[in-house]
Amino acid sequence: MLEIKNLHVKLEEEDKVILKGVDLKIGAGEVHAIMGPNGSGKSTLSYVLSGREGYEVTEGSATLDGTELLEMEPEERAAAGLFLAFQYPVEIPGVGNMTFLRTAVNAQRKARGEEELSAGEFLKIVREKAKALKIDAEMLKRPVNVGFSGGEKKRNEILQMAMLEPRMCILDETDSGLDVDAMKLVSDGVNALRDAGRSFLVITHYQRLLDHIKPDVVHIMAAGRIIKSGGPELALEVENNGYADLLAEAK
Amino acid sequence: MALAQAKSEALAARTDGLSVGGSGWLGAARRDAQARLSAMGLPSKRDEYWRYTDPASLTQATPVPAALFDAGDEPPAFNGILALRLVFVDGVFDAGQSDDPALAGVEITHLSQADGVDIHWAREVYGVLEARGQVPVQRPLATLNTAYATEGFLIRATARAERPVSLVYHHNSTTSDAMLHHCIKVEKGAELTILEQGPAAARITSVMEVEVADGARFHHIRAQGRDHERRAATHVFARIGAEALFKSFTLTANGCLTRNEQVLELAGDDGVAHVAGAAVGDGVFHHDDTVFITHAGLRCESRQVFKKVLMNGAVGVFQGKILVKPGAQKTDGYQISQSLLLDGDSQFLAKPELEIYADDVKCSHGSTSGAIDETALFYLQSRGVPKRVAQSLLVLAFLAEAIGEIEDEVIAEDIRSRLEGWLQRHEH
Repeated sequence: MLEIKNLHVKLEEEDKVILKGVDLKIGAGEVHAIMGPNGSGKSTLSYVLSGREGYEVTEGSATLDGTELLEMEPEERAAAGLFLAFQYPVEIPGVGNMTFLRTAVNAQRKARGEEELSAGEFLKIVREKAKALKIDAEMLKRPVNVGFSGGEKKRNEILQMAMLEPRMCILDETDSGLDVDAMKLVSDGVNALRDAGRSFLVITHYQRLLDHIKPDVVHIMAAGRIIKSGGPELALEVENNGYADLLAEAK
Repeated sequence: MALAQAKSEALAARTDGLSVGGSGWLGAARRDAQARLSAMGLPSKRDEYWRYTDPASLTQATPVPAALFDAGDEPPAFNGILALRLVFVDGVFDAGQSDDPALAGVEITHLSQADGVDIHWAREVYGVLEARGQVPVQRPLATLNTAYATEGFLIRATARAERPVSLVYHHNSTTSDAMLHHCIKVEKGAELTILEQGPAAARITSVMEVEVADGARFHHIRAQGRDHERRAATHVFARIGAEALFKSFTLTANGCLTRNEQVLELAGDDGVAHVAGAAVGDGVFHHDDTVFITHAGLRCESRQVFKKVLMNGAVGVFQGKILVKPGAQKTDGYQISQSLLLDGDSQFLAKPELEIYADDVKCSHGSTSGAIDETALFYLQSRGVPKRVAQSLLVLAFLAEAIGEIEDEVIAEDIRSRLEGWLQRHEH
């Protein structure tokens, strides 16, 4: 599904190299987790994959089902099936959540040559999916993320994911700012989307999210590289011992 | 001294060929305005209130020719609204294109039929509100209009008008120079909506005087024409009575020079005055909102919401003032002026002012100018929304607070779709 090869990335405006040769391969239906200390490049990886400005790829590639992502516009990547759940979902005053969702869904359908959903069809689907995430009608009417609590914002990200039905989902610290109940709700939302044709890359600091969203593979990232990969037990090791041993081992 | 002489010479040139007509009350009001005008002279760029907008093309003897404009397949503004239409072509009333001016609860009289008639209500409005609005800031172009305008309507609502009155201004001659003067009185408890649309002429100088009596409601929505080369100096003077409501919204898309002045006086207690504007300009576009709101009554509320979207060297100006008179306690004044600069060539000049002589008031003002929010843009794109559509969504969101001031949802939707169309045509 997603294949990253020898990815090197620096900041566009300054000579700061953030990713120094990332290799990662995620198969269809797999869930991979990336853990790592602050500043190791986890969020940068998610931004570079989704096409945020401000980064310069100096080497390497990232393909989604064989198609090079790095040359596409962000909206083209989305239409190709990539989705990033933001660590800090953006507030957009003046744009209604419903308008936003419908514009996004129909733009992707259009880009893929599918017919746009009618207002009625859309409403029916969005209501059903919102209900499972305990998102009420009021939240759908409000401007995108404006006045939402931390938990509401993250639930709204998962709603977007459920509506857009991407094949490759990247969750960037989706657990940050969530209480136990909200984490359960969000995880249930993610798990409901797991299937053989959909893959996940879960970026997190804490093992507890991985109790809910069980990964197939866990990667440890440090200083712009993946230094170790393993099974779910690797996350437990980090939880118990921190990164010091792993970092020492890598050197 | 030299300035005074220059101003007086400019005035002579500007009024050459114009005459003050009428032997009745209207003639008297015009002669009074003529005298006031010669005392103050025409504005120049050296005047404090014309620092950001050069009035030269508005005061020069003949207008700069303005090419006619084809709006393509865009329907006229307020297309779906059933209204009584009064049509002007290059500033001259065209009865043939207009509806019969008969509307239950509303009296409509052309200015030319008013002079000989003893219309008491208009005598207390024509030139009167304009003259009150000359203090403390002089507005000579309005006085020029009061003295020389021969076109316009006197409209008086005595009940709730079942339909809006729609003033339609066509521009058919590249050199037309129009002056329109309307007087409106909404009597106690009555309600009236006035719509205005169109470029009117190569150059237009207009005055609308509005008396909103106690408990009356007045709505004003206008869409200024899309002609790129037109020039406009418009004035609205309103006196708002106790528990009365005044709401005005202006859409401006294109136009090389627009100066919209609104001078509002909340004269009674518990009155409400809202003025809002959405202006979008690309290239040769200079748009100036100059607003002065006086709070004289108790517990009055005023809102000024002005938003401008500027690109390719377009210029936006906002001069807004709230004056709270002694004793106008519990005043609630709000003023916001914002611009969205879509490139580094455009500019926004803002002069927000508050002058408060009462101690128990709430007044706020804010003015910002900024670029489009790149983070929000990326967020939308990352969900599959193409950049152009995402930009358009964000620009409309920026304008939303101003459009939100329009009460009628059908009209608001019409304005929104016109802005959307404009944004699509002016891709950035």
